[in-house]
Amino acid sequence: MTLELKNLCNTYTDESGQDTVAALSNITLTVRAGEFLAVIGPSGCGKTTMLRIIAGLEQPTAGEVFINGEQLAEPWSRVGFVFQEYALFPWRTVSENVEFGLELKNIPKQERRRMALEYINQFGMGGFENKYPKELSGGMKQRVAIARTLITNPSIILMDEPFGSLDSQTRNALQEFLRDVWQTSQKTIIFITHNIDEAVFLSHRVIGFSRRPGTIKFSLDINIPEPRDRTGSEFNRCRKQILDFLQQESRADK
Amino acid sequence: MNYLKKNSKLLFPLLLLVLWQMFSSSGFIPPQILPSPLRIVTGIKELVFAGLPPGNSLLLHCLESLLRVAAGFALALIIGVPLGIMVGWFKLLRNMLTPVIETIRPIPPLAWIPLAILWFGIGFKSALFIIFLGCFFPILLSTISGVLSVDTILIDAAKTLGATEKKIFLQILIPAATPSIFTGIRIGVGIGWMTLVAAEFTGVKSGYGLGYMIMVARDIQRPDLVIGGMAAIGLMGYLLDAGLRMLEARALKWR
Repeated sequence: MTLELKNLCNTYTDESGQDTVAALSNITLTVRAGEFLAVIGPSGCGKTTMLRIIAGLEQPTAGEVFINGEQLAEPWSRVGFVFQEYALFPWRTVSENVEFGLELKNIPKQERRRMALEYINQFGMGGFENKYPKELSGGMKQRVAIARTLITNPSIILMDEPFGSLDSQTRNALQEFLRDVWQTSQKTIIFITHNIDEAVFLSHRVIGFSRRPGTIKFSLDINIPEPRDRTGSEFNRCRKQILDFLQQESRADK
Repeated sequence: MNYLKKNSKLLFPLLLLVLWQMFSSSGFIPPQILPSPLRIVTGIKELVFAGLPPGNSLLLHCLESLLRVAAGFALALIIGVPLGIMVGWFKLLRNMLTPVIETIRPIPPLAWIPLAILWFGIGFKSALFIIFLGCFFPILLSTISGVLSVDTILIDAAKTLGATEKKIFLQILIPAATPSIFTGIRIGVGIGWMTLVAAEFTGVKSGYGLGYMIMVARDIQRPDLVIGGMAAIGLMGYLLDAGLRMLEARALKWR
């Protein structure tokens, strides 16, 4: 499932209602089917806006989104979204959260429960199916959120700093978990992160946004064979290139 | 000392009652002004077994009042929750209705009694209307604020999982607003209960109702029965709230 963005622009009116702010400027990007793309860039540069437009949660001011050549207008069930804040429904148990998308498709109760349990077990959460989100750790919540998205079988998964609020150990574990999930499911993934190590560990390609209005200013293919060694020389070379770009961007800021 | 600390909840009210009884027995408090606790207990026994007017037991008065509250509350819930969700969700509706709501809300339910009697006459319908008003606004306002405080990220998540507007209403807005709705229900029932008893002062046709019973006790100059009725109102109100709290804890165990 190929994703194409053509000359995407987005401006919005700020809170005072007076000024218009340009969030995105002329984003053109093609993401191959099965590609894992990481997006980095300064805070507030429009990365999230881009994901929201792809998900159909916001409309671009100008430009178009194509998925397999088909133009996208409204929230599209084949694009999944994973949020940094997990966005689990607190009144639903783990299993009920995972089943949500299936419920919307009117899949019978027993069948969706069976499917949910399969994901829950596979995601190392067996025995937690009847717990409420408040009883889970951050890492577990994010696993549930990923399961909830994956079970609906989207072709493209958008992830907005999904591991941003986790401690570094949990974060590393979840990166490996996501890599395994990606390797078995072969989904197209667009992954926003501020963590350079994470970007290099997970992705095929890293693109860098300029500060606002966001444009794509940097692109780096990562061709390190799996399993990737976080301390390998190729890994460090990639990290340095990304770091150089980010430093350059923050200098341009002043 | 430890014993004192543990039972302070019980011991202090008990001490007050003992003092009260002592002042009454010594003739320091005249019984026609404030009867002694023991006298009130006898009064309550009389209310339960003999009834006031004779034959109309306190238990039946309680039941009748409770049914009135339940009916008014049910009506307020059926109208208040859906309306609150709509008002919370649709900004245009909110802008239109807020001034209306905010103007009607400060009018005490009791101020509606004359109008209620003109519209519905004395009887069940008037009481229902007054009670409804008492319950309605807390429920409406808490529902609105519950919907307004729903984390938009949950709505976004539901959308990306394929939820239609209708599903977002039913599956996201209502459960997310439930804690706030429950707060509204508890406030509403409390106000409704207080309102009802007062509404019953102005007249009931059926011959039952705690407020009505208290007025009868006043007419026959029996402060012990008046206070007995008041105690029943307090106890019932407490039990209602305790019941609702239990229900809330069960319904919202995810919190």
